[in-house]
Amino acid sequence: MSSAAISVREATKVYVTERGRTVSLDRVSLDIARGEFITLVGPSGCGKSTMLNLIGGLLMPSSGEVLVDGKRVTGPGPDRGVIFQQYALFPWLTAQQNVEFGLRLQGLGRAQRAERARHYLRLVGLQDFGHALPKELSGGMKQRCAIARAYAVNPSLLLMDEPFGALDALTRVQMQDELLSTWQQERKTIVFITHDVDEAAYLASRVVVMSPRPGRISEVIDVPLPYPRNEEIRLSPEFAEIRARVWRGVHHHREQRSIQPTIRPTEATTQGDMP
Amino acid sequence: MNTPAAAPTAAHAPPPAAHATTASSGALPRQIPMPWLYLATLLLGLGAWAVAAALSSNQLFPSPRDVVIAGWQILLDGSLIENAKASLLRVLAGFVLGVALAIPAGFLMGWYRLARGLVEPWVQFLRTVPPLALIPLVIVALGIGEDAKIFVIFLASFLACVLATYQGVRNVDNTLVNAARVLGASDLTIFARVVVPASTPFIFVGMRVALGSAWATLVASELIAAPSGLGRMMQVATQFLQTDRIIVGIFMIGLLGFVMDRILLWAERRLTSWQEVRA
Repeated sequence: MSSAAISVREATKVYVTERGRTVSLDRVSLDIARGEFITLVGPSGCGKSTMLNLIGGLLMPSSGEVLVDGKRVTGPGPDRGVIFQQYALFPWLTAQQNVEFGLRLQGLGRAQRAERARHYLRLVGLQDFGHALPKELSGGMKQRCAIARAYAVNPSLLLMDEPFGALDALTRVQMQDELLSTWQQERKTIVFITHDVDEAAYLASRVVVMSPRPGRISEVIDVPLPYPRNEEIRLSPEFAEIRARVWRGVHHHREQRSIQPTIRPTEATTQGDMP
Repeated sequence: MNTPAAAPTAAHAPPPAAHATTASSGALPRQIPMPWLYLATLLLGLGAWAVAAALSSNQLFPSPRDVVIAGWQILLDGSLIENAKASLLRVLAGFVLGVALAIPAGFLMGWYRLARGLVEPWVQFLRTVPPLALIPLVIVALGIGEDAKIFVIFLASFLACVLATYQGVRNVDNTLVNAARVLGASDLTIFARVVVPASTPFIFVGMRVALGSAWATLVASELIAAPSGLGRMMQVATQFLQTDRIIVGIFMIGLLGFVMDRILLWAERRLTSWQEVRA
């Protein structure tokens, strides 16, 4: 267990608002091995973003704990890169300066910073756009720049919160392939949130399906397809089968609820605090 | 200057191709260039004034020509430059002091809850009081010298700029703060490298509003026994019913304010050109 890159143990997150308590995450446990590509998929409100923020250290659990490399998470740190859906590039800095931002915080010299930033911009195909401001980049290019920025500080894991959610379908597929190729060149543990079943199945070595109210893991699906993945795999019957399993995992839960009053057997313990 | 008479006719002709390509993306190719519109409205205003003055039976209503003559006279005897210089120095002193204090105060209010709680009530209270109403108290406290005048201008500039800066800090996108945090930035780094640049556009808005307030307060501040200044010049002119000189004073204040605003605008464009929204 302690060898896991990420270990989420009985993590619960309760939000207390004026309208009452919301259990965003209910005693969730998950172990993620080094170098795995995990996708978290589920409808909105299933707590997938909360889970990511707990691992990133931007949120603290109400109870339970999150370990990264065996150490308890107490706050954010450069060992865990985060990529946001809204890109979150600093608009007053060029692409190159954005990538250098984290390197500068690590105390790297000017020449070293510039060289590493150039390396990662090249890795994501932005070598010709180092001097461009974010406003001059397309959505896909902005997100590639954000990926380069996260990669540049050499984190051991990358947390991606619906990074391609704002992109059009074609760019999205292209970004998925690029992300996989970047990941194969510099292997990191990746936790990737999406609500797109295709994306979840195509990228992951394991798909974690979550269900809402309260947020729980309802199913974990292994994806035994080899990397590198390509169009051939995307169109294969094996992929279709896995995709169908993920689809059922995401949608089945809701059906079951409406037809039968019982929830999944593993989660059958009654919740007294549910409204 | 080009011949101004050519402007009205040329305004109807299609603009040259260079305008169509260099114009901002939202502009249609057949639109009249802005400078021509400015010139046209200026000429229209002057024309309306000249006609109104010619038709008016009121002898105290000066024509544009009267004002030009009056302006030329006080330019030649040196009093216009002297008064403008005195006013400009007051405005600059009050404005620079006000902004220099407002920016750090605004940052403190936006960043620290304690500072917000302690400072904001005073700012909101003073903001609704016209600086003119404070003048009697300022005279009692600071006398009738230069300090009193600069203080009133300072206060007006400060109040305008401090709220804008504070708003700017409050409006910083939380995702950017988080992005810096996950890259390993400390609170101090986040402040210096994220909050300050992100709120710069707001600060410039505050500075421009402050500049307007500073000039608006100037005439009032020169009510305090000023030996010189454009406000003083206008008050003397009022006593002698020299309405033409009053209008010269108005133009000078407008012109100096306009030039200073353009300088700020230029600096703003240079420093905040990274913004997505720019027409």
